[in-house]
Amino acid sequence: MSEPDQTKCRSLLGCLSDYVDGTLSEDLCEEIEHHVAECRNCHIVVDTLRKTIRLYHESAAETGEVPGVVRERLFRALNLDDFLQH
Amino acid sequence: MIENKTEISIEALRAGDREEFSRLVDAYSGPIYRLALKMLGIPTDAEDVLQNTFLKAFQHLEAFEGRSSLSTWLYRIASNEALMLLRKQHHEIPLSDFATEDEDNSDYSPAQFTDWCCLPEDEFLSSESKAALDHAVQHLPEVQRIVFILRDIEGLSIQETSEALNLSEAAVKTRLLRARLRLREELSTYYGERLDKRSKG
Repeated sequence: MSEPDQTKCRSLLGCLSDYVDGTLSEDLCEEIEHHVAECRNCHIVVDTLRKTIRLYHESAAETGEVPGVVRERLFRALNLDDFLQH
Repeated sequence: MIENKTEISIEALRAGDREEFSRLVDAYSGPIYRLALKMLGIPTDAEDVLQNTFLKAFQHLEAFEGRSSLSTWLYRIASNEALMLLRKQHHEIPLSDFATEDEDNSDYSPAQFTDWCCLPEDEFLSSESKAALDHAVQHLPEVQRIVFILRDIEGLSIQETSEALNLSEAAVKTRLLRARLRLREELSTYYGERLDKRSKG
């Protein structure tokens, strides 16, 4: 990998979200891919940004339940006590 | 992310069917509680937001026009409740005061270039690692935090996030990018240290 062109690194920053979400136009994607292939730092930024988003996304799956006592208090606050057993 | 496990009848809700409302609460309380907890970090505060969200939903069901989905509508109420609570506690600048947002992302330029993706999977699954993820989110500015939670934790689209927060899609995208870049820096510090510890044995 050659010396990174830092102007390029900075100009690509604004497109990074769309790039990792797969919503960037094809020509801009190619431009990023071309740059990332040559620039080690940007390569790492793209990889670790993707990993960051994936870790948070996965963390949601593990914390989707309301604790039983919280549910009970919620039903009481809403005057729905009679449906607590459902 | 809210899964459509249960079909909720909006007609029944509008007609005041309490059993249907209890089904709505059970279908959506998990994600709403999670959003509040990630946003506020304190279980009792999250519970206040959870209760207020459904109390308001119940009071304003007639105003629900069905232009957005039920889940986006509930996320909208919950986001407002969470932001209002934070504002009461810290007197921070409200979300709507950021009408114009400069395009300059230079303060968000990456500074850390450690490749920590190669860490073994158990590093990412530890409870310490999960606490570090939560800690990093809670240190985002609140205008970025709520966007990140809705889009990347709850899995709403950019359009749904903009509907839930009454923000333009451009503003959502700017805040999302900045939140993601900040979190990447935070996680690079945390996992970079883990990587160092491993290499030292």
